[in-house]
Amino acid sequence: MKAIIHINLKPGVLDPQGRTIARSLTHLGFDGVTAARQGKTIELDLKGEDKDAAETQVKDMCEKLLANTVIENYRIEIVE
Amino acid sequence: MKTAVIVFPASNCDRDAAVALEKVTGRSVQMVWHEERTLPTVDFVVIPGGFSYGDYLRSGAIAARSPIVQDIVRKAKTGLPVAGFCNGFQVLTESGLLPGALMRNKGLRFVCKPQKLNIVNSSSMFTKAYKNQTEITVPIAHFDGNYYADDDTLSEMRKSGQIIFTYEGNPNGSSKDIAGISNKAGNVLGMMPHPERAIDPMHGGTDGLKLFKSVLESIQ
Repeated sequence: MKAIIHINLKPGVLDPQGRTIARSLTHLGFDGVTAARQGKTIELDLKGEDKDAAETQVKDMCEKLLANTVIENYRIEIVE
Repeated sequence: MKTAVIVFPASNCDRDAAVALEKVTGRSVQMVWHEERTLPTVDFVVIPGGFSYGDYLRSGAIAARSPIVQDIVRKAKTGLPVAGFCNGFQVLTESGLLPGALMRNKGLRFVCKPQKLNIVNSSSMFTKAYKNQTEITVPIAHFDGNYYADDDTLSEMRKSGQIIFTYEGNPNGSSKDIAGISNKAGNVLGMMPHPERAIDPMHGGTDGLKLFKSVLESIQ
């Protein structure tokens, strides 16, 4: 079983890297881009078969280490 | 005053901090490795600058979960004076001892220069020796020094005197020009600038010395 954790800055928190990415895309001629936000993905390989238990445990990991909830939101996907 | 400096893999201002503490206290400083579970009995702890654990995950995030920091958190909550400079400030916000977070500089550049600071709270245990001085110059050197906290937190911090230093001319995008803050109880300080690098005329200035002297005066 795998957990995929998507971590992004909260709405309203300034993301200078995202802003620079959007500007660079515009320079390349992709003029349909109005904004970009940069985040990160963490993949975990997990023991066991119980998806609910895994999700509970990964949520605890996010709160304790993987995300800084002062500035970041996270979303967990559990996949086979 | 007995003091300790915490050493993480890739700390690089630990020696500077020790030299500053030795100069002010006249006593040798205990260097404490991050895997230790208990702090020795000391009166003041410095979490130094550097790039603990290579800044992996987020600056200060891994260091904040190390065994020694768990003990620092416990003891700081019962009043032990603790200061974190630069990476040490990041460790203190990540550990939850200080509010807010430190993000990538707004200009996406590493900034490294002497920086003027305003002393906003001159009665704190970290600033009282500056007396009537309202401005000091100490070096900054960081990539992730852009202080962020939500508006409610910022206004509460302002009301309770937790904003200790602000930048004169904001170098990194920090909310309210914040350079250094304390916890509500006033015994934990975090700041991005490096007072330990301004303690000798050879450094170009000695404005950092009085920060250490303030702590010494406060606990004697």
